[in-house]
Amino acid sequence: MFFAAPRLTRFLLWLIPLTFLGLFFFHPFARILALTFTPAALTDENINLSFDVLLFTLYQAFLSTLLTLALGLPSACLFAKFDFRGKSLLRALTAVPFMLPTVVVAAGFNALLGSRGWLSFLFPLSNFQFVGLPAILIAHVFYNTTIVIRIVGNALSRLDPRIDQAAHTLGANDFRTFWHVTLPLLKPALTASALLVFLFDFTSFGVILLLGGPSFSTLEVEIYIQAVKRLNLSLAALLSLIQLLCTLIFSILYTRIISRNTTQTAPRSVKSNLRKPRTLREKILIASFILLLSSFFLAPLLALPLRSATRLEADRGQRGEVQYGLTADYYTELFVNRRGSIFYVPPIQATLNSLGYATATVFLSLLLGFPAASALAKPTRLEKFLDPLLMLPLGASAVTLGLGFLVTFPRLLALPFIVPLAHTLIALPFVIRTLQPALASIPDRLRHAAAALGASPFQVWKNVDWPILSRATLSAATFAFTISLGEFGAAILLSRPEYPTIPVAIARFLSQPGGLNYGQAMAMATVLLVLTTLGILLIEKLRLPGAGEF
Amino acid sequence: MKKSIFLLSSFFFLLSACVPKVSRTLTIMTHDSFAISREVVAVFEDENNARVVFLASGDAGEMLNKAILSKDAPLADLLFGVDNTFLSRALEANIFDAYQSPALASVPAAFRLDPTQQVTPVDYGDVCINYDKAYFAEKNLAVPQTFEDLTNPVYKDLLVVENPATSSPGLAFLLATRAHFDDGYLDYWRALKGNGVVVVDGWETAYYTNFSASSGKGPQPMVVSYASSPAAEVIFADPPVDDAPTASIVSAGTCFRQIEFVGILKGTQHRALAEKFVDFMLSTQFQEDMPLQMFVYPVNPSAKMPDAFVKYAQVPSQPAMLAFNDIAANRDKWIDEWTNTVLK
Repeated sequence: MFFAAPRLTRFLLWLIPLTFLGLFFFHPFARILALTFTPAALTDENINLSFDVLLFTLYQAFLSTLLTLALGLPSACLFAKFDFRGKSLLRALTAVPFMLPTVVVAAGFNALLGSRGWLSFLFPLSNFQFVGLPAILIAHVFYNTTIVIRIVGNALSRLDPRIDQAAHTLGANDFRTFWHVTLPLLKPALTASALLVFLFDFTSFGVILLLGGPSFSTLEVEIYIQAVKRLNLSLAALLSLIQLLCTLIFSILYTRIISRNTTQTAPRSVKSNLRKPRTLREKILIASFILLLSSFFLAPLLALPLRSATRLEADRGQRGEVQYGLTADYYTELFVNRRGSIFYVPPIQATLNSLGYATATVFLSLLLGFPAASALAKPTRLEKFLDPLLMLPLGASAVTLGLGFLVTFPRLLALPFIVPLAHTLIALPFVIRTLQPALASIPDRLRHAAAALGASPFQVWKNVDWPILSRATLSAATFAFTISLGEFGAAILLSRPEYPTIPVAIARFLSQPGGLNYGQAMAMATVLLVLTTLGILLIEKLRLPGAGEF
Repeated sequence: MKKSIFLLSSFFFLLSACVPKVSRTLTIMTHDSFAISREVVAVFEDENNARVVFLASGDAGEMLNKAILSKDAPLADLLFGVDNTFLSRALEANIFDAYQSPALASVPAAFRLDPTQQVTPVDYGDVCINYDKAYFAEKNLAVPQTFEDLTNPVYKDLLVVENPATSSPGLAFLLATRAHFDDGYLDYWRALKGNGVVVVDGWETAYYTNFSASSGKGPQPMVVSYASSPAAEVIFADPPVDDAPTASIVSAGTCFRQIEFVGILKGTQHRALAEKFVDFMLSTQFQEDMPLQMFVYPVNPSAKMPDAFVKYAQVPSQPAMLAFNDIAANRDKWIDEWTNTVLK
């Protein structure tokens, strides 16, 4: 429909997403910076501090991204090329960490690697503490691998296997085929996922605070400390500007790499790319990789449901060994408002609120993402200019944006309707990056052929574009869904205790001492875990009307 | 842009108009740890034919800064939860209207820190070191009684504290050491560091990940927490226990007292109702509800304490004190010095 790209169409495509970003991102962000930034913040001391923090932020983000790619690329290949039992479950599980609160992930890793964790039972001598740079890196890989799996895996499964076969026929070995044929074709997806992972690591906050320990600080952590704890708003503004500028530079670099590298290939059905492992060597290789992947994701995740149903009480006063026992108390207790608190969160209500916000976020971000991705798929000079701007909400400081909301929309801030808006700000770059490569890969000749045969623009879209896009749409929906359940961007808002979500309920339990509180937090986290896994499985099983086997 | 904001806000306004009408709504900005019984709030709502809405706005510091930033268009009528470590910042920012509650007369003078009457004390709590009773019994180890004891090598690697730059109990503990050692506090922290003190970002991590007596079963048997935490360990025990697994070290000068205040925000449209709510917060009904909801102590001496508090929560008789304007003047400097000494 858009290959002719008249000016008016482009204008209309950009109108909605840009209005949204203008209203809810650029406007509040510019307002808070204008209000708080002063040249007086540019003292030597502040510049030195900013520079140190920036260096560490970049350092850990580069390392984390490399490690995430190292695990994510083979995983993406595995999911795109091979068929094995339990595949969709494993695929869904890799996406689960993405929406778990950092406190819960930390609890999972501690149950596994902590000083009294399961691994210390196996290796009693190890005095391993799960803190510092290794903990930061592992947690980042744990969180973000799903981005690579989804975006690169999507692209891989759309690749035409005949191109590979042709390369082989012409005498290229596996490596040469991969290096000269597959990799260049994957480049847009690869760069997109690397950029998204990098930006997430670059703006990392909870992981650094909770797992890194107090001697590590990223730009976002420092902005939080300066803005929220010290009310040193001018230094926070300086740091936010640096962060924003870096994000802009990375996004521009990305746009440049991408614009030289979009190739249209005949799209293939996903199934035609799938096969079972054949040779013994292949089988062993695949099996051990599945084992590695599932233990990396499953072990810390399993700690939560286990812990939520285990009573871990010592015989007080004369403790010998810690005693274990199974219990369902933490779950039944969730339904009891023992102290008659006005902020008691019924689990069903929290679940419904979370799901409601997530559904709204999915629709809103698809509604905004589709037109933007369509325009980006056929970039003109306008798109090359606008493209990097779309990434900014992801790399901008959530703390600063929150303060911007505070001064811009003081009255709207506490309304529940604004929650999905905040989630959409973070989900939108993901939706656009997932849809855009799929849209760009649709060969014009298919559209031309359909049009030449008399199809209306809508019929072309329905019969050519949509079947190819439906898969990417589901992927995009999954991202929006998990981002919303994980409450990314929620820091922006004031929370109304009447509309609690699951992460809010977890945080409430963990804010007071006592075994029952801890158990209930783990029980609630388990609810969140099961809910997301089911949600992702459901979205993937959806057969959108009119979708082919793509 | 202006127009779309207008359209959008009228859209939200229409939606919010669908909510059943009550005559007045009183909005109270609080920190995330605020809690109260539904029935207690209902009493106030019924008496005054009003609706009470709470806005959870982050931790105490975060909430205060949000209130300061939005003072030209205040988000609420009242702000509850500013404590003596942040009091000066709140008073300097001039966000409150003065109000002297008649109920204040019965509150001990030690809690009435603000001579300008802009804020009213509501509750207090003591930040103390909690210890794992079983650990010390099992190792036949004496429980340390003073700050100096903690530098003794027998307690090496046994204490976890929170980073004062990011945590309010962490800051309170730093202030207690400052009050005790005066300018020598950095030497003390150097000694503590030498004795393997563990620093984490906040209370949740310290208590649930590092502390050995919590459900997290961490490696350290001593943690900076609250004097009321042992009572919470009994109330939230599973299965029920007849003795607290933890206790607090409450010897003179080792605990820091946090007093929490409420203030009426400038620009409120419900001044009279807000005043009534301040009075209500000092009433015995509200004051007796607080301990089990927020694990703090009432400032109203006629409020009765729940049994678990009487039995398991110790109240330090001589908590460390620092003048709140001294804290305000030096807070950032002390945190920086501490960071350079302990973390770098």
